[in-house]
Amino acid sequence: MTLDTLGAGGPPCATGPAAGAGDLSGIGRGFGAFVARAKAAGRLVVQPRMGMGSPRLMREGLLATRRADATTVGTITIDSYTRVGNHAAARRALADGIDLNGYPIVGHDTAVTRAVLHGVQDDSFPVQVRHGSATPQQIFAALVAAGLDATEGGPVSYCLPYSRTPLRESVANWVQCCELLATLAQTGAEPHLETFGGCMMGQLCPPGLLVAISVLEAMFFRQHGVRSISLSYAQQTDPEQDAEAVRALQRLAAELLPDTDRHVVIYTYMGLYPRTPAGARDLLVAAARLAVRCGAERLIVKTEAEAHRIPTIAENVAALELAAATAAGEPRGGGPVGDTGVYAEARALVQAVLELDADLGRALVRAFDRGYLDVPYCLHPDNAGRSRSYIDSAGRLRWAEIGAMPIGHVVGASRPRRVTAADLLGALSHVESKYDRAALGRPAAAHLPAHDRVRCADGGEMAEHDD
Amino acid sequence: MSAGPAVAPDRRRHVVLTSTESDSHTWNLVFLQLVLEELGYLVTNLGACVPDQVLVAECLSPPPDLIVISSVNGHGYNDGMRVIPLLRSRPELATVPIVIGGKLGIGGAADADHPAALLRAGFDAVFADDGGVELFRSYVRELPARAAA
Repeated sequence: MTLDTLGAGGPPCATGPAAGAGDLSGIGRGFGAFVARAKAAGRLVVQPRMGMGSPRLMREGLLATRRADATTVGTITIDSYTRVGNHAAARRALADGIDLNGYPIVGHDTAVTRAVLHGVQDDSFPVQVRHGSATPQQIFAALVAAGLDATEGGPVSYCLPYSRTPLRESVANWVQCCELLATLAQTGAEPHLETFGGCMMGQLCPPGLLVAISVLEAMFFRQHGVRSISLSYAQQTDPEQDAEAVRALQRLAAELLPDTDRHVVIYTYMGLYPRTPAGARDLLVAAARLAVRCGAERLIVKTEAEAHRIPTIAENVAALELAAATAAGEPRGGGPVGDTGVYAEARALVQAVLELDADLGRALVRAFDRGYLDVPYCLHPDNAGRSRSYIDSAGRLRWAEIGAMPIGHVVGASRPRRVTAADLLGALSHVESKYDRAALGRPAAAHLPAHDRVRCADGGEMAEHDD
Repeated sequence: MSAGPAVAPDRRRHVVLTSTESDSHTWNLVFLQLVLEELGYLVTNLGACVPDQVLVAECLSPPPDLIVISSVNGHGYNDGMRVIPLLRSRPELATVPIVIGGKLGIGGAADADHPAALLRAGFDAVFADDGGVELFRSYVRELPARAAA
């Protein structure tokens, strides 16, 4: 396939650089260098979660992201069939004209993906592949073949919540992928990898464990040769607790990843999303404020359509521009942040894992086997499944049960609580209810929209796990 | 299904709860497990990304009283249409109630036809998108009476 068949008449920027990114095209190649330049210029990098099955639409989406009035990087989110390695199903869907929920990077020829990117992706507009796979070798091979060098995930974060792949296999797969990506450095590139560990289950995972897994995955990437890394943290239920968590993540990363180009990326809330347009916007604004307040360098946005369907390109652009405008109006690194023990909790978890084995992959497998890391509500057979979380009356995420995790000295004794379906739905929809109620100007009512939300009590997202 | 005198009168009804091969979401499954347990069911929760062969094998050992497929990634219609003939072709599963629910398409115009097509293909009930969990609860509560009728 050629550019012409994609309906693209040539390089998009023949008349000048893209808005918002043009003056960031200085020296230093790759995703990490672009983010560093934006930081030096005092700008938050904003990024959509976008993926379409059609190459023409995927290219349109990237172009629109580049042209947005914001400092942006592009995203190619992979479809669910490709994520689980069922490339035949992805190709069949393409042939049958069935809509896919993302871009099948393995199913499309390399030439097609190169045509999608031609004249769009460059040093002033890096593009990252987001996929969600525990068996990502073919996805890595395809993105490298297409000239890309930035992606994300992790041996734990793309295994436990989203697959049936044994953790041991996922670790082996991710070792291969890190090593493949690291070889690109020989070509003068600086490949970049982002942890997804700050987003375990999308919601209801207490911040200490999110921070710990994000740091451990970053150390795993570093151990396998990747030198430019971002560490994720997903917005949870309480802005103060989130700010404390991001500071803890930065502090631990500084201690444990000293010789690494790194930055922090915030994900706008990955759980059940507000259904009202105003509530959805308010939650995105809160995420942008969190990012700027804590000095995070990049933000993954969500759109007004999040609770209902995969967003359009225009909805993505609107979200990028709202986040950028919010960030521009916020003082950076402002205000003190409290300490309720998130750093100590994350530090204890990381330390316990590091003591198990010098090889981080083996250490992670043993840690889950022993329950030192135990993700609440995670159904994967390799997760101990003894921990439970809840949202306290102040709206903060807390442990109800810690299982065998070595954090008893930090979180103190807690009384195990039986969780009913109604309790769980209340917790899952806590953030959504809070923002929708505020948007509608209604008084508080317990567990308001709970009973009609079974359809997407998963986080309401489709294109990327998410969840 | 065996209904002989060996079956204890207080035997808990058994449900296999599952996602589909391409669907990585699990909060829907965690929630539905609690709903089904509160309705008195013993739940086998297969979790995320269940390959077709694993689903069929789990549903045969032994055949449950109900099979619930929950999918929210937008591929549920496509996956459901592929899975249901595999299940229905096994004699042990010919009459087991099999239901599907969630976000079954990605929001295109064709989605409106999905429930009818899924029912024609062999599902006993389709709980699409905004139907609500109360409908599902009612359906499950009425199952023993239907089975006895």
